[in-house]
Amino acid sequence: MIPGVDQQVWCVAALLGTTLLAIAANRSNKSTTVVYGATLVISLIAFARALSFLVAHAEATEMVLPIGLPWLGSHFRLDALAAFFLAVVNLGGAAASLYGLGYGSHESAPHRVLPFFPAFLAGMNLVVLADDAFTFLLCWEFMSLASWALVMAHHREADNARAGYVYLVMASFGTLALLLAFGLLSGAGVGYGFAAIRSAPHAPSEAALVLALMLLGAGSKAGLVPLHVWLPLAHPAAPSHVSALMSGVMTKVAIYGFIRVVFDLLGPPGWSAGIVVLVLGGATAVMGILYALMENDIKRLLAYSTIENVGVIFASLGLALAFQANGLGLAAALAFTAALFHVLNHSFFKSLLFFGAGAVLTSTGERDMEKLGGLIHRMPLTSFAFLVGCVAISALPPFNGFVSEWLVFQAVLRSPDLPQWGLKIMVPAVGALLALAAALAAACFVKAFGVTFLGRARSPVAAAAGEVDRCSLAAMYGLAALCFLAGILPGLVIDGLAPVAQAIIGHRMPVQANDPWLSIVPIAESRSSYNGLLVFVFITAAASLAVYFIHRFASRAIRRGPAWGCGFADPTPAAQYSGASFAQPIRRVFGTLIFQAREHVDMPSPGDPRPARLTVDMHDLVWERLYTPLTKAVWFFADRLNQLQFLTIRRYLSLVFATLVTLLLVLAIWS
Amino acid sequence: MVVISDMLVQLGQMTLVLLLAPLLTGVVRKIKARLLRRKGPSVFQPYRDLLRLLRKEVVLAENASWLFRVTPYVTFAAIWVAAALVPTFATGLQFSWSADLIAIVALLGSARFFLALAGMDVGTSFGGIGSSREVMIAALAEPAMMLMVFCVALIAGSTQLSTVATFMASSQVGLRVSLGMAMIALIMVALAENARIPVDNPATHLELTMVHEAMILEYSGRHLAMIEFGAFLKLLLYISLIICVFFPWQITIVGAAPLSYVVSVGAYLFKLALAGFLLALFETATAKMRVFRVPEFLGAALMLGLLGTLLRFVSESF
Repeated sequence: MIPGVDQQVWCVAALLGTTLLAIAANRSNKSTTVVYGATLVISLIAFARALSFLVAHAEATEMVLPIGLPWLGSHFRLDALAAFFLAVVNLGGAAASLYGLGYGSHESAPHRVLPFFPAFLAGMNLVVLADDAFTFLLCWEFMSLASWALVMAHHREADNARAGYVYLVMASFGTLALLLAFGLLSGAGVGYGFAAIRSAPHAPSEAALVLALMLLGAGSKAGLVPLHVWLPLAHPAAPSHVSALMSGVMTKVAIYGFIRVVFDLLGPPGWSAGIVVLVLGGATAVMGILYALMENDIKRLLAYSTIENVGVIFASLGLALAFQANGLGLAAALAFTAALFHVLNHSFFKSLLFFGAGAVLTSTGERDMEKLGGLIHRMPLTSFAFLVGCVAISALPPFNGFVSEWLVFQAVLRSPDLPQWGLKIMVPAVGALLALAAALAAACFVKAFGVTFLGRARSPVAAAAGEVDRCSLAAMYGLAALCFLAGILPGLVIDGLAPVAQAIIGHRMPVQANDPWLSIVPIAESRSSYNGLLVFVFITAAASLAVYFIHRFASRAIRRGPAWGCGFADPTPAAQYSGASFAQPIRRVFGTLIFQAREHVDMPSPGDPRPARLTVDMHDLVWERLYTPLTKAVWFFADRLNQLQFLTIRRYLSLVFATLVTLLLVLAIWS
Repeated sequence: MVVISDMLVQLGQMTLVLLLAPLLTGVVRKIKARLLRRKGPSVFQPYRDLLRLLRKEVVLAENASWLFRVTPYVTFAAIWVAAALVPTFATGLQFSWSADLIAIVALLGSARFFLALAGMDVGTSFGGIGSSREVMIAALAEPAMMLMVFCVALIAGSTQLSTVATFMASSQVGLRVSLGMAMIALIMVALAENARIPVDNPATHLELTMVHEAMILEYSGRHLAMIEFGAFLKLLLYISLIICVFFPWQITIVGAAPLSYVVSVGAYLFKLALAGFLLALFETATAKMRVFRVPEFLGAALMLGLLGTLLRFVSESF
């Protein structure tokens, strides 16, 4: 059976059917199992079909459904790019469904989650499949609203309503930008179909405007700084498996939208477009991870780290744009493949980490890291999976995060080939930003794992925590295995991505499968190569050798004793290093500028029994400098306009008359 | 034939770094002591320390987890693998293509990641303070190191250390300002990463300014031996890296006569001893900085790396 678009559409129809089923079986006890079981099976089928499409290098297939606008219908198309993103979406969906089978039984309000979960999955699938502007926008809104409903599942909890509100406003704003972008692309006579848009010529000024609008529209959904503000509010508010989907998968759908429009529909834009995307990506990466480091709520920390990863992906896409604009096809293919590889990797480890955070939340009821600790003893399996996720996301070999980061750096090192001075200088500078972000990410995840899982329990709930159910663990370990496999066998992933790069860039990276020992060679072996499998084997062999020799020939005795406390042993677990104190050195280095962080020490005079207090004053400049003035301005004008609602009939009539005259005048002058 | 010689070089190198690492630290300590007009322990003292620690039992804190027990071996293995991939006396290592310079930096990052986690495992304040400062230093040292890598890789056209060494050993390089900047940046990073003065003091215990030693305070016995051994190896690795990238004279290029290996091993040992002497001299001549001055120190390294990279373009266009 040739994998085609019709099968994917059937899967979407099945997901929508599951939504109806969930609504029908609203209060039934079995509905959790049935819904998640159904989405698991459907997602796996859709994933398998998308993967076989990629592996088979199949031809793109299209279909038109007679729904939507009467003269247009709904166009759907499955090509290599769509197949890759469908694979990401459905693999994430399958993992979340498996996790939900266990996690969902703890849900306090299942009727608020179950109907929207399959709908959300269907929405993401549809966005990727859409092949005309109308369907794309409609599905985009459907996806946004379904996820909004999931964010609002626990709407009575403090802050969730605000999170939902901010999300709704930002999502509407993003769709508005997309609407304008597609309006420009479709123009007066081009039409809504993607095929028509693709073949129509686009003026440079128009292309620049579309790029800016796409950065606003897709960028706000993906979490580009400074449009990221909704993301750390909304992603953690949803149930954990939905958080995983929103962070790990929905941001990728936004990136898909960006790639589809900017790379595919718009045709290659100028090199200055590359520089904009590059710089935005680099800045987003560093800002995102700095925010994450300052955070003590584990789910918000993960959401901020998503912003960092989105930054890495955008920087890599910017590189691809810059290389492509200069006709350096191979380098562009390298940067583009690196971006897609990171898309895949991030969907693996971010889902895994959110599942882990969800497991902690289920068994302790806490998201605040300052109240956790010592969970490695109480939840050994969860903590191991979470550790794998932390190592992978910190870009450490031999796991997958390192491979994509390495490919990005290899692409950065192609910068001497670029003719423009601006790019020559900006590319290594952004490379430095990415290196900084990677190093800070390692610090951030030492904090996330160390404070949550290591040390001693900081609260009774953490001390009494227990391991979570098998379905949740299976989902986590499946993703952990994928992180590991993609790390040691990166050549297979790169070869799998080749048709996508070929379709979008026109070039592909060299075939990796024929390289000896499964190593990856982006350009030439004398230039650079990496072999995750061998690195893993070497580390394992070296460690085993050391263990064997020491345990065989030296000592293997162990004695347990209390930890050494410098003569003042074990006051309380609160005396441990906490999340805030762990981040303090980094806050002092970066925070004084970026967060305007100020520390105030209130030291009572001798004899005063008051405790000394240290307060830290931090500001989110994006909120204060951008959003607060903006909201104030909106309120101000709304207040002014409000007065129009309380006029006398005479004034209304004169207002109408004045408007009419002004419009006629404008028309007269215009023509 | 080539494969066999490459394999021999690889194995020889792995053993060599393992055997030499404690000696290098011993030599540095001895020279430092002599410069301070002390007699100082024998240069073989680090070997004796390691053997003593290996024979002792491990005292584990009551709530230490499996991570605490695994970390010493993982960090040691990661550093050893990284050290085995840096050409010391000959290029053309059998496995040098399995990880380039960026991967070596990341391998060291893995070692540090686990060590920092282990510092937080027992849940005492000392471990936490050490870990938190170590990651702060690393967060600045790693990008500086990457910029150094960029600079060298853009000049040599490769991140593969064997290729870089071959390129640098050829006569076509000449003196370059950007290379000088990269070298200074690398030396600064090396001082920070190896917890040397002026960033950290390897000889202190229980001082609030210490970083690395605070992090590993809970370790004892064979675990401590592995961590110390890892630290010795790391110092050797960084010095080898500086030698290999910036002073690869007399390094044996693939396919040379067997005699040249003897010469290159001798040259390597000489360069190592010289570097050890310079390190001891530098450490005796400077004082340790306050921990919050370290970011400025590493920021300078970062700027040097970036300037070196940018200058590379400027110098090329004239």
